[in-house]
Order: sequence, then C-alpha cells, then structure tokens
Amino acid sequence: MSTVERTATGARPRPRTTPDVGAALLAVLVLAALAAPLLAPHDPEAVQSARVLGSPSASYPFGSDVLGRDVLSRVLYALRVSLTVAVSAVGVATLVAVPLGLLAGYAGGWVDSLISRPLDMLLVLPALLLAISLIAILGPGSVVAALAIAVIYLPILARVMRSSTLVVTRNEYVVVARARGAGHLRVMARHVLPNAIGPVAVQASVLTGFALQLEAALSFLGLGTQPPTPSLGGMLADGRDVLTQAPWVEVFPGLAIAVAVIAFTLLGDGLRRSLDPTGVAS
Amino acid sequence: MTSRAAFVLRRVLLTLPVLWVMSVFVFLIIRLVPGDPVRTMLGFRATAANVAEVRRRLHLDEPLLQQYVRWVGDLLHGDLGQDLVSRAPLSEQLAQRLPVTLELTTLSMTLAVLVGVPLGVRAAVGGRWTRRLTDGFVVLGISVPDFWLGIMLVLLFAGTLTVLPPSGYLPFTTDPVQNLRYMTLPVLTLATAETAYLLRTTRGAMESVLQRPYVTYLRAKGLSPRRIVAGHALKNAAPTVVTVIGIQVGVLLGGAIVVEQLFALPGVGRMIVTAINQRNYPTVQAGVLVIAAMFVLVSLVTDLVVGWLDPRVSDGAGA
Repeated sequence: MSTVERTATGARPRPRTTPDVGAALLAVLVLAALAAPLLAPHDPEAVQSARVLGSPSASYPFGSDVLGRDVLSRVLYALRVSLTVAVSAVGVATLVAVPLGLLAGYAGGWVDSLISRPLDMLLVLPALLLAISLIAILGPGSVVAALAIAVIYLPILARVMRSSTLVVTRNEYVVVARARGAGHLRVMARHVLPNAIGPVAVQASVLTGFALQLEAALSFLGLGTQPPTPSLGGMLADGRDVLTQAPWVEVFPGLAIAVAVIAFTLLGDGLRRSLDPTGVAS
Repeated sequence: MTSRAAFVLRRVLLTLPVLWVMSVFVFLIIRLVPGDPVRTMLGFRATAANVAEVRRRLHLDEPLLQQYVRWVGDLLHGDLGQDLVSRAPLSEQLAQRLPVTLELTTLSMTLAVLVGVPLGVRAAVGGRWTRRLTDGFVVLGISVPDFWLGIMLVLLFAGTLTVLPPSGYLPFTTDPVQNLRYMTLPVLTLATAETAYLLRTTRGAMESVLQRPYVTYLRAKGLSPRRIVAGHALKNAAPTVVTVIGIQVGVLLGGAIVVEQLFALPGVGRMIVTAINQRNYPTVQAGVLVIAAMFVLVSLVTDLVVGWLDPRVSDGAGA
C-alpha cells in the first residue's frame, strides 16, 4: 500500500478504473446466472445421443458434452449454483464473524481470548484439508460444501473485524460517546461497527472469489455439488477423459470460474481503495 | 539461558497444544459422522454381526476417553490403524504415498521461490511497465483455478505438442527421467499461483523496506541501487517473505489434493479423496493427520527461521 493513496486532509484521490471493471464483470455474471432459464438455449440436463461431444456451432455455441448436453446452458446453470454456494458461504461466515470480532476487539482481555483462541484453532489445518475433513464427516453436497467454506473463512473474517475494531476503538469520538454516557452496546453498534466494517467488506469480496474457486475444486473432487445438478467443477471432472477430443467441454466452465474469480478480486481491490485505505484487511 | 534459546524452546513448546487440538479433531472425524458411522461405512446390506465386528475392531464400542488414549498410544508407536477395505496397515500405505506428495509440494515450492522472489525484487525497483506486467500476472495467477490451469497445460503439452505424458507416475528411484517427466505438468500447475503470491509478497516487502530512511541515507552516500537491494534491503525483506512461504505451504498441501487427483498421482491427497468416496474413515483419518502434521512442522520451522533472520523476533522485542 503506497502512501500516495491518501492526501494529508484524508481526502481520497479519484479511484482508478479497476473497481468499475470488477463490478461490471460481476454484474454481467450475476445477471447471466439469474437469467439462466431465459438465456440458456437448451435444457442443461437434456441428454441427446445424437449430439455427443458435438463441436461448437450456432445453436450450441460452447459445443456439447459426453452425454450430448449443451455446455453453454450447463455453464449458465452451474454459475447459479457456484455463485449461490460462494455468496452464502461468505455471507454466513461474515454474519458470525462480525459480532465475534467486534466483541473481541472492543472488550479485549479475557473476552478476546475466549473468542480468539478457539477461532485460531481452526487455522491449525490447511484450509482445503479442513473443508475436506468436514465433508468426510457430514457427507458430500453443495450445502455441506458451503458450510465447510464458511467454517474456514470464519476465523479470517473475525480476525480482520477484530483488528479493525481495535483501530477504531482508539478514536476520540468513541471515547467521547462513552463519556457522554452511551452504553457499550450502543457505542459498539452506532460508533464502532459502521467505522470498522470497511476492511471486512473488502476481505469478504476477495474471499467470495476464492470461495467460488474452492467450491469448484470440491465439486471437481466429487465432494461438492452432486450430479445431475450442473456445477463448474463437476463439468471439469466429467470432461477430463475426453479433453483432447473435445476441449470445449473443459475450456468454457474453467473460463467461467476464472472470470468470476477475477471479477471478485478486482471488486475487492476497488473496495480496498475506498473502504480500507490503511490496509487492515491485508 | 540466552533469549534465543528461550525463543526456540518457547516456540517448540507452543506446537504441543496445536498438535493436541489436531489430534482431537482427527480422532473425532469418524466419531462425528451422523448416525452410525460403521453402518455408513459398510452400507445397508451389512449384517448386524458384521457391523458389530467392525465396531469392535475399530474399538468404537469402548468409552470415548479410553478410545482416544488407545488411539494416541498407537500413533506414538507408529500404528495408524488399518485400511478398512484392504486391511493393510496404513503406515505402509503412507510410506508409499507420502514421498509422492512430498516431491510434488517440494518441487512446486522450490520453483515458486526461484521464480517469484527474484521477479518480486525486480518488480519493486522496476518502472511502470514492469509494475503493470507483474500486476497482470499476479491477478491471473491467483484467479485462474489451479486445476483448470492443469487441464489447459495437459491440452497443450500432452494433447497438441505431445511432449509430456498427460498423467501417471513412476517412482524417482525406478526411473528418475520418467519421474520428472510425469511431475513436470503437476508441478507447473501447483507452482503458478504460488509464484504469483510470492511475487506480490516480495514486491510489497521490498517496496516498504526501500521507503525507509536508512535506504535514503545509503542512496545519499552514493551506493548503487544494486548494492542497496542485494546488500541491505533484501535482508530486511526476507522475514516477511519467509513467513508467507510458511503459510503458503498449507495452501500448497491443500492444492496437492486436487492436483494429485487431476494427474492420477498416487499421493496422500488422492488417498484421502478415494477414501472419502468409499467411506473408508480410518484411511481418511491417517491421511488428514499426516498432512496436518506436516503443516504444523513447516510452521514451526518457518517461525524458527524468521526468528533467526530477524533477531527482534527471537529477542522478544518485536513481539
């Protein structure tokens, strides 16, 4: 983080173009996912023996897969599943992490230890290994995958919220609010939370991109979204054996994942410039 | 005792609670399965006698604490239990599979360090175009899912150019050349994102060091930029880079699970995934335990190296 990013008065220079690119890309992806039933030219689960591994054409722009299903339609529907899993996983993690981090940072002392130490323990295992272990216990599926992703992101988000709270709590307006007789709950909710949430939003945006990637990885391993529901990772696993004959089966779902992750990363970068100029989230 | 020795001792002792938490978690994997884990493992066609026999074999009929003590005791004797399907000792299976995972992760991390760190240093002192190029590489490297990158590499090198095998494995001891040919694509797949991370980290660390007053002083003294970077700045950026390398080993160990599956490498990650699909819980436990233990060990070594590189950490002043 360079020092040019904030002027002496605290005013921010005009943001560069990346947030707009990220937001625009994301808007296109979300709209495409939402409008999947309208946009998809074919039924994503319709098996057609005459179209097995058909190459891209006017009516099948992305070609068709091993079972003759339309790849474009499957990518659109899979994007819905992937975005839903990623957003709900990070959403759940944020909803739990924000109050925990806020309380830990604001109260400090034993309350902080009581909250932070158990959360630190979740970081003992490598993230993907923890997700896979949870799936081993609860069984595969997209809901369990979302839950597992939420569990591995919870400590990260709580930690960001805690650090951000520590910084904000030192501000004079918080001291003044307390001196004027505001209760702890009111101070936390009205003064600390709105000023400390920025870095969490930045981190959540970046993590949503990684959550999407993780969901795809889990589905690729057969541990996430289960067939016949189309998933981007599952499509990549299905097409692995026919890769050289029909590369389109592999290229398009992968591109969809990459573009979505790039969109979230750029969005996070943009948000960082406006919401987290001092870099608490990183 | 010197403060350095105290630092090492403190850090080594700190891994004990971590190992304990890890062991409890892995121990619980089989026991937290909803319903009857043995029933789930054997399927619904298993007879009641079968279920009872496996439950006894896995000691699931004993009190929980007793099970844990027995399990840890066996672990300390190198006994990781038996594979549910083949009944072979898991320690033997791991002895075969661990070298594959170790080779994959070690080669990947080495490649990422050898490429990412020098590029990061170069980017920190480079101009606008160097910065743009590295920014682009970092965003792509981090965003493109590794398994998809792997698939595209297979398409290019095994499909179109047919210069490398698409998947498979031969042990290094059997045929070193073939082994490295099989490992090339998996290593490239796993190393790309790591290289991007290390590039970004090194660049950031170098930039912040180069802004410090002592660097301005060295410049004023007339030292060449090359000597400032090589003789002074690099040493001060190193602890940050090493810390990130340690953290990233965890990411790499996770990524190895996916990459082993993609390239049909017989490593620990592939063993875990296969075992989950077969509901072969003892094998899942052994695999998770070994990878997690490796991660704990690497974290310990990383912290000790950082303490050695940056005396402020080991003297307690930087804490």
